[in-house]
Amino acid sequence: MKNPSSSSVKSRFTRRFLRALIKINRQKPSSSSSREIFLRYRRIRIAADKAMACVIGSRRAWSRAVLRRIKNQKRKRLADSLRRSNGIHGMKKMVAKEEDEISYEQENELRKLVPGVGAMDLCSMLDETAHYVMCLATQVQVMRKIVDFYST
Amino acid sequence: MSSRRSRSNQQSSTSRITDDQIADLISKLQQLIPELRGRRFNKVSASKVLQETCNYIRNLHREVDDLSDRLSELLASTEADSEQAAIIRSLLM
Repeated sequence: MKNPSSSSVKSRFTRRFLRALIKINRQKPSSSSSREIFLRYRRIRIAADKAMACVIGSRRAWSRAVLRRIKNQKRKRLADSLRRSNGIHGMKKMVAKEEDEISYEQENELRKLVPGVGAMDLCSMLDETAHYVMCLATQVQVMRKIVDFYST
Repeated sequence: MSSRRSRSNQQSSTSRITDDQIADLISKLQQLIPELRGRRFNKVSASKVLQETCNYIRNLHREVDDLSDRLSELLASTEADSEQAAIIRSLLM
């Protein structure tokens, strides 16, 4: 579904992410040990997620959840990263599935993958998922372009 | 309300696609998943859409990881400065 502001999401994300990349790159590590590279990888990935979440801001549950998670990680709190909320108890479907039924298993699987939707009703969660998927795909698209650029 | 409610369903607590809103959202999601895009006329089941959505999100997460990894190695080996960033920016806009 084409969102009229999806191209502005793309350019705003690009700007923020590039800015963060420049900052990360400025801090040249003393060595290029694998540990350094790993730490960099972590910072870059967090910067990418954070940049996209900042662009969306507090408008969406998933972006709020991402920003919260990053803030808590910074403070080195362990609890939140393990939080998994099952909005509904995860009952397995006992009866043969008809084609267009959604089992709770599937629903919960999706809840685990999309940040911030734990307590939402199905409708809201599906809406949130669509927005999240769009932004995530944009994030990947931009990151790919940057990698391609640096690879030539 | 649909009369399709399965009689054997007393204990199972599935969400039925009787709600137009849910069906709408599912079809909106379908258009976002490359695997399923453009299959508008062969109706894909909601269950399949959710399944492919989960797969797609997992793949995207993996790609972010992989691309971050490659970026970290590339940055280590190139001299990226603000001039290059400006070039990238103009390429991407």
